[in-house]
Amino acid sequence: MKHVISVTVENKPGVLAHISSLFAARGYGIDSLAVGETEDPATSRMTIVTHGDDQIIEQITKQLRKLISTLKVQDLGETEYIERDLVLVKVNVASGKRGEILEIAQIFRGNIVDVGLKDLVVELSGHESKILAFIELLKPYGIKELVRTGSIAMARGAK
Amino acid sequence: MRKIGADIFVDALVKEGVEYIFGIPGAVIIPLFDKLLDSPVKLVLTRHEQGAGHAADGYARASGKVGVCIATSGPGATNLVTAIATANFDSVPIVAITGQVRTPLIGNDAFQEADMTGITRTITKHNFLVKDVCDLPRVLKEAFHIARTGRPGPVLVDLPMDVSLGQCDLDYPDTVNLPGYKPNYKGNDRQIKLAAEAINASKRPVLYVGGGVIISESAPEVFELATKASIPVTTTLLGLGAFPETHPLALKMLGMHGTAYANYAVTESDLVIAVGARFDDRVTGRLDAFAPEAKVIHIDIDPTSISKNIRVDIPVVGDAKGSLQALLPLVRQATHPEWLEKIDNWKKQHPLVYKPCGLKPQYVVEQIYEATKGEAVITTEVGQNQMWAAQWFKYSRPRQFISSGGLGTMGFGLPAAIGAQFARPDAVVFDIAGDGSIQMNIQELATAVKYKLPVNIAILNNGFLGMVRQWQELFYRKRYSGTILGDANPDFVKVAEAYGADGIRVTTRDEVRPAIERAIASPRPVILDFAVESEENVFPMVPAGEAINKMMGGMA
Repeated sequence: MKHVISVTVENKPGVLAHISSLFAARGYGIDSLAVGETEDPATSRMTIVTHGDDQIIEQITKQLRKLISTLKVQDLGETEYIERDLVLVKVNVASGKRGEILEIAQIFRGNIVDVGLKDLVVELSGHESKILAFIELLKPYGIKELVRTGSIAMARGAK
Repeated sequence: MRKIGADIFVDALVKEGVEYIFGIPGAVIIPLFDKLLDSPVKLVLTRHEQGAGHAADGYARASGKVGVCIATSGPGATNLVTAIATANFDSVPIVAITGQVRTPLIGNDAFQEADMTGITRTITKHNFLVKDVCDLPRVLKEAFHIARTGRPGPVLVDLPMDVSLGQCDLDYPDTVNLPGYKPNYKGNDRQIKLAAEAINASKRPVLYVGGGVIISESAPEVFELATKASIPVTTTLLGLGAFPETHPLALKMLGMHGTAYANYAVTESDLVIAVGARFDDRVTGRLDAFAPEAKVIHIDIDPTSISKNIRVDIPVVGDAKGSLQALLPLVRQATHPEWLEKIDNWKKQHPLVYKPCGLKPQYVVEQIYEATKGEAVITTEVGQNQMWAAQWFKYSRPRQFISSGGLGTMGFGLPAAIGAQFARPDAVVFDIAGDGSIQMNIQELATAVKYKLPVNIAILNNGFLGMVRQWQELFYRKRYSGTILGDANPDFVKVAEAYGADGIRVTTRDEVRPAIERAIASPRPVILDFAVESEENVFPMVPAGEAINKMMGGMA
C-alpha cells in the first residue's frame, strides 16, 4: 500500500545519501523522493513516497527516526494531507491539433511554458491521479519528453 | 601556540578518557601519529587494520568503555570495514578514525583514496567526513557521544590530511547538540505496568536475555527478577554471562545450537520476556513456531528491534536497567513449581552430551573452565569452536564471553583477546579458536608478543572449516567442497615459536589439563594446538528454518 512519509532532516552534506542508503540496504522501495530547504535554512524536508504493508511502513519510519540526522518523521497516511506533483510534458503538435492540446491543458489548468513550431511544453501541478490522467490524454498526440518532480506533501491544519 | 587538527584529536582522546588506541599508520595519518607520541594515550600497533578494529572491539566489550582504532586512508581504512561491521551488528561502541586524502583531492581518484563515509554508511551508527578543522572538536565530541549512548555502535570519523594539519583555536566542547538524536532511556510507565501484570498472570514464563543486558549493566536486575518470580532464564550468544549458568534457573543458550531444555521451555512457555535481545533468526528458527502459545514482552532501547521479526504484545522501549528497575516492585513473588519441575525433567532427560572418547573439543572447553575455575575471559572465533565455547563453559559474569555474534566474523577472536587483555590486564584470557579462523588474523600474534600479553589461544584443530563441514555432512551428503584444511595447515607450534610465543601440541586427552595449566602459568602468549577429533559435530542442532524444538543430534 502506498504511503507518503515526510522527513525533516538537518540540512547537511551526506544526509540524502544516509536516507537513500537506508532504503537500499534494507530493500525498501522508493516510488518518489523530493527534497528541498524549509522555512528554516538549517533544515530540509523530504517527501518520500514508498509502499509496503503496515509492518514494513512501521519499520521504515522507525529506521528513519533512528538516523542521527533526521529531526522528524511523519507518516502522512495517519493524517489529512495535501499532495502535489509537478510535471513538464513536451508534446508533439501535428498540424491542426494545437487547439485540442491547448484545450486539454486549459481543462487541467496547465500552463504552456514553451511553444515551438512542432511541439509545446505544458506545466501541470496537482495530485498524482490528476497528473496521470493528464498524461494519458496527451499520449495520443505523442509525448516527446516528460519529467516529474515526485510528490511533495504537507499535513493539513495547524503544524 | 596555535592548535592544529592533530592536537585537537589528541586532546579529544584525553578528554574522553581513552587509554589505548589500536592502529597502523600510513601517509595521510602521520600528523595524528606524530602527536600521539607525546600524549598519554598508548598506541597499540597491530599488524593488520582488521586486527586493530577487533582489538578496539574486544577492549570495548571487556571494559564497557569506547574502543578506539585508527588507520590510514584507502586500504588501511577499507581493512577496518569488517571490524566496523562486526561492532555494528553487536552494538559495540567504537570510534574509528581514518585518514583521508587532502580535501581538494577528494573525488579525484587520488593515491590511497577510498570513499569511507560512503562505504561504511550502512555499517556504522553514524559517520562523519570532516572538511573544516574548526568542525573537528564538535565532531569528535559527537562521535564519542553517539558511540556510547543509546544502542551503542561504531562511529567513523574520516579526517583529510589538510584538516589534521589545519589550525583552529576552538576548545573541546563540554556538551553535544544533536537535535535528531535522543535515545529513549525511560520505558513507558503504562507499558511497564502491563508487563508486570503479564508476568504476575503467567504460569510458564521464560526470560530471554541478550547482549543489551550486558551493555546496560542490568544483570543484577535480571537476577532479581528471575529469582523473585522464579522465572527460568535463557540467554542469546551475546547474552552469555548475563545470568549465572551455575544457577538452577539457568537454561543456558537457546536457538540453533542451544540446549534442548531452553528450546523446549521457550516453545511451551506462556510468556516470553525478551530483554535486550532482537529475535535473531539463529534464535527463533521458524518464526511461526517460535513460542506459539506465549505472549511476548520486549524490552529494548532500539525501537526498530521491536516487532521486526516477531509480533510483540507488550513493547517497552527503553534502557533495560531502568525499565527492569521500574518493573521489579510491580512483580509479585512466585514459585511456579509445576513449570520448574517440567523444566528440571527436560534438563535431566536432555542434557548437553558428547561421547567421552578420544580428544574431544568439548572436553577441552570443559577443562579450560575447570582450570580457570570459571573465571577466564573467553573470546572466540566463529564456527564450531564458538558454539562449543558457548555450550561447555559455564559463564557467570557479564563481559566474560566475547564473540562476534551477528556478523559471525572469523578472525575476530585473537585480536579481540588482545583488546580484552588490555582492558583486563589481570584476567586469564583464552581465545577458543579453530584452525581455520585463527589463520584469518594470526599475524596479531606479533602484537601479543610485542606488548607481552599472556593471551592463550586454544586451537580446536580438526583440520576442517568445521561448521561448514558439519553442514556438508548433514545436508550435502558429505561432499566436502572447500572445507579441508588439514592437508596444508601450518605447524602451529612452530608458528607460535617463530613469533616468539610459546607453542604446545596436545594429542591425547590426558595431556589436555597439564597443557592448559602450563599456558595459564606462562607470562607469554601461548598457542595450544589441540588435535581434536576431526569430524565431531556441534549438537543439538536446529536445521536452518526449522522450529527450535525440532533438534537433531546430541540428545541423550
